[in-house]
Amino acid sequence: MSYKILEKHQLSEKVFEFRVHAPKMARRAQAGQFLMVRADEKGERVPFTFANWNADEGWIEFIFMVVGKTTMQLSKLEAGDEILDVTGPLGCPTEMSKGSWAVIGGGVGLAIAFPVARMLVESGHEVHAIMGARTKDLLLLEEQFRSILPEDHIHITTDDGSYGEKGVVTAPLERLCQDKAIDQVFAVGPVPMMKFSALTCQKYDMPITASLNPIMVDGTGMCGCCRVTVGGQTKFACVDGPDFDATQVDWDDLRARQAAYRTEEGQALKAYEEATCACHR
Amino acid sequence: MPQVNGKYVPNLKAPRTPYNEEDACERARDFRPVDKGYTKEMALAEANRCLNCKKPLCVQGCPVNIQIPQFIEAIRDEEFGRGLDIIRQDSMLPAICGRVCPQESQCEGKCILGKKSEPVAIGQLERFLGDQPELASKPEVAAPNGKKVAVIGSGPSGITCAGELARNGFDVTVFEAFPTGGGVLVYGIPEFRLPKAIVKREIDGLAELGVKFEYNAVVGRITDAQELFDEGFDALYIATGAGLPKLLNIPGENLPNVFFANEYLTRVNLMKANMFPEYDTPTKHGKNVVVFGGGNVAMDAVRTAKRLGAENVTLAYRRTEAEMPARLAEVHHAKEEGIKIMELVSPLEFLAGEDGSVAAIRVQHMELGEPDESGRRRPVPIEGEIEDIPCDVAISAIGTNANPFASMIGDIKLNKWGYIEADEEGRTSDPRIWSGGDIVTGAATVILAMGAGKAAAASMTRELTK
Ligand SMILES: Cc1cc2nc3c(=O)[nH]c(=O)nc-3n(C[C@H](O)[C@H](O)[C@H](O)COP(=O)(O)OP(=O)(O)OC[C@H]3O[C@@H](n4cnc5c(N)ncnc54)[C@H](O)[C@@H]3O)c2cc1C
Ligand SMILES: Cc1cc2nc3c(=O)[nH]c(=O)nc-3n(C[C@H](O)[C@H](O)[C@H](O)COP(=O)(O)OP(=O)(O)OC[C@H]3O[C@@H](n4cnc5c(N)ncnc54)[C@H](O)[C@@H]3O)c2cc1C
Ligand code: SF4
Ligand code: SF4
Ligand code: FES
Repeated sequence: MSYKILEKHQLSEKVFEFRVHAPKMARRAQAGQFLMVRADEKGERVPFTFANWNADEGWIEFIFMVVGKTTMQLSKLEAGDEILDVTGPLGCPTEMSKGSWAVIGGGVGLAIAFPVARMLVESGHEVHAIMGARTKDLLLLEEQFRSILPEDHIHITTDDGSYGEKGVVTAPLERLCQDKAIDQVFAVGPVPMMKFSALTCQKYDMPITASLNPIMVDGTGMCGCCRVTVGGQTKFACVDGPDFDATQVDWDDLRARQAAYRTEEGQALKAYEEATCACHR
Repeated sequence: MPQVNGKYVPNLKAPRTPYNEEDACERARDFRPVDKGYTKEMALAEANRCLNCKKPLCVQGCPVNIQIPQFIEAIRDEEFGRGLDIIRQDSMLPAICGRVCPQESQCEGKCILGKKSEPVAIGQLERFLGDQPELASKPEVAAPNGKKVAVIGSGPSGITCAGELARNGFDVTVFEAFPTGGGVLVYGIPEFRLPKAIVKREIDGLAELGVKFEYNAVVGRITDAQELFDEGFDALYIATGAGLPKLLNIPGENLPNVFFANEYLTRVNLMKANMFPEYDTPTKHGKNVVVFGGGNVAMDAVRTAKRLGAENVTLAYRRTEAEMPARLAEVHHAKEEGIKIMELVSPLEFLAGEDGSVAAIRVQHMELGEPDESGRRRPVPIEGEIEDIPCDVAISAIGTNANPFASMIGDIKLNKWGYIEADEEGRTSDPRIWSGGDIVTGAATVILAMGAGKAAAASMTRELTK
């Protein structure tokens, strides 16, 4: 069985959304869970979070940013093309305790934050979204967030001040904590963003969950590649997570493991670009 | 065949026929099969050593009691198809078990010849037949009995159960988490020991029998027992294998370039990282590689490291070589390939280098003390004998814990370590669910997993067709 791309949308220069035919998966997917994709016989298995799904129509969606070989290759597929393997749902769903939430998404993490925010809204929670990006063009899914949240519940920051508030996500987070507008925080994005969000929350005794993204191979708890240190203990993100208490995560450890294949990733991308680029044909 | 007055006489003088193996220096450069297997002449010579015992001890040593003297006799008669049929009464995977069974502690360990000289090479003979599957007679397939069974996991246990059930007339669907079938046989055991084509042949054979496969299906997530019953399945066989790697629980275990053997082997075996960047999945090609453990998994890791170009590969083991649980043949082959064995060391800490990834392992040297419950002398630390071994890749191969999906599949009783509780027939606490293989026994062997699949299929057939 292979998995047909039903729709493809380009959300920004490097960000794409795929709608894929996967009826069985669509019935089971929950916010916070992920899937693993292998584009073709020679492809690597890479994880993406469910961005949306529809059990009646039998499709799932994921949003990805082009960062290396696999994501670049995927970005060249079109509606009608097929992906060789899609496995999921994997990981534990995000736990949605009662109360008001701040959902923080940084960069491509916004793609992961959105379904969590939507599920929270649908299950009757009050939700604030804190949306961070380096610059205006990299801000994802603004329209989607606006469609589910009131104006004053959306807090946008850009590093360069090109849009929203200049700065990082911790500024609005700190205000929400001070105003006691929230009871719980969910964060997903680059490691420094999650780390500083956790430190901010710790100051206010605010519970914070982070969705971690270590490198994965199987995603089924067999290989141990995805291990992270949480509260001094080793956990397997693909089966114990990907959500963990952010105040307990060893961020340096996660960062080092994420970067373990930098050299090889560069090599793979270069080889791919040379093989596909018109000037090399 | 030597005969006196029409009766078979074994050749008592002949030494055990040696392995037909590739040169160690040559073979350790790539992933080609190490052992080419006996030629017909070699097999006939070896078959001639068997005493054809009236009360064959070898059969008692085989966990599934294959009729060993009978199949060896068929080899002597050069009736290879008959030999295969004899094996197939008890084992569906002779080409695989002949290669990977720990024969020295099973069939060959009991062979009477082993008392005075060397046992008959039963594994090699079994493999010789297993490699000619086209000679076996076509198995009888019962008429469809209208019952549907879901088999979860396509390792040796799952595929054996599926095959038996299909031949008994069941409508069988195998659900497998990965895109390829075979379980540990494809992602754990390397090509140079068990060519993937052999495993594929078994899976293709099942498909021909009408077994359906659903890949990329993690049961417990995409579906579960209740839903499968609702969809019309009458029973389930759970064979999800062993799961999460065991931790050493020492500092530095999560440093980059510290692997669990499962990850290291999966990257190469399943994802073909040895062919990066033609294949997308990378791995680390260490110059100095240290592997902890003494079992088959550790042996596969050291020999894979060698084939990825490592200059120095060390196997570090807590006890001594004599106590290593690995198959004798693997230890022998590993040593031939230049693997260094460091006995009596226990890891204390992984140390990071300047780039933040592992640069050395601190080990504690041990000596053998008093025997423990298992009768083996327990290693005890020698005070002050601590050493740092430099390395750029470290691999831990000290075992696995229970597969985490067991509890998500259905409401069945687990033991305190998380393994499924099942009786000899594979019955679990739910009368519609059977289970077997590593998820019941903990990490064990291919033949035991296969045997459990067969026993469960027989039990299911009795239960569901009465
Ligand atoms: C649970 C989880 C959910 C994720 N959800 C999303 C998502 O919804 N959208 C999105 O754009 N990205 C998501 N990611 C990250 C995404 O998997 C990586 O961006 C992708 O694997 C990069 O592959 P590449 O070949 O294009 O890049 P590469 O050049 O190979 O790698 C770029 C970086 O991506 C990470 N990475 C590489 N390979 C893997 C791998 N096998 N598993 C995990 N990370 C890897 C590494 O940190 C690496 O430095 C998620 C990651 C995890 C673990
Ligand atoms: C590296 C290595 C070397 C070994 N060498 C030897 C040897 O030389 N000799 C020997 O006898 N034994 C050896 N073993 C042990 C032997 O391979 C195992 O005992 C045997 O494979 C167990 O079979 P199984 O069918 O129970 O499980 P597995 O082979 O583990 O198969 C389980 C299958 O179930 C799938 N699965 C898991 N969870 C789910 C789920 N939720 N839904 C769907 N599918 C799922 C897995 O992907 C896998 O394909 C070795 C093991 C390893 C790891
Ligand atoms: S199945 Fe294994 S133990 Fe039994 S006879 Fe064959 S090689 Fe020996
Ligand atoms: S014990 Fe050895 S000699 Fe006797 S039948 Fe078995 S293999 Fe042959
Ligand atoms: S990715 Fe292999 S155990 Fe999590």
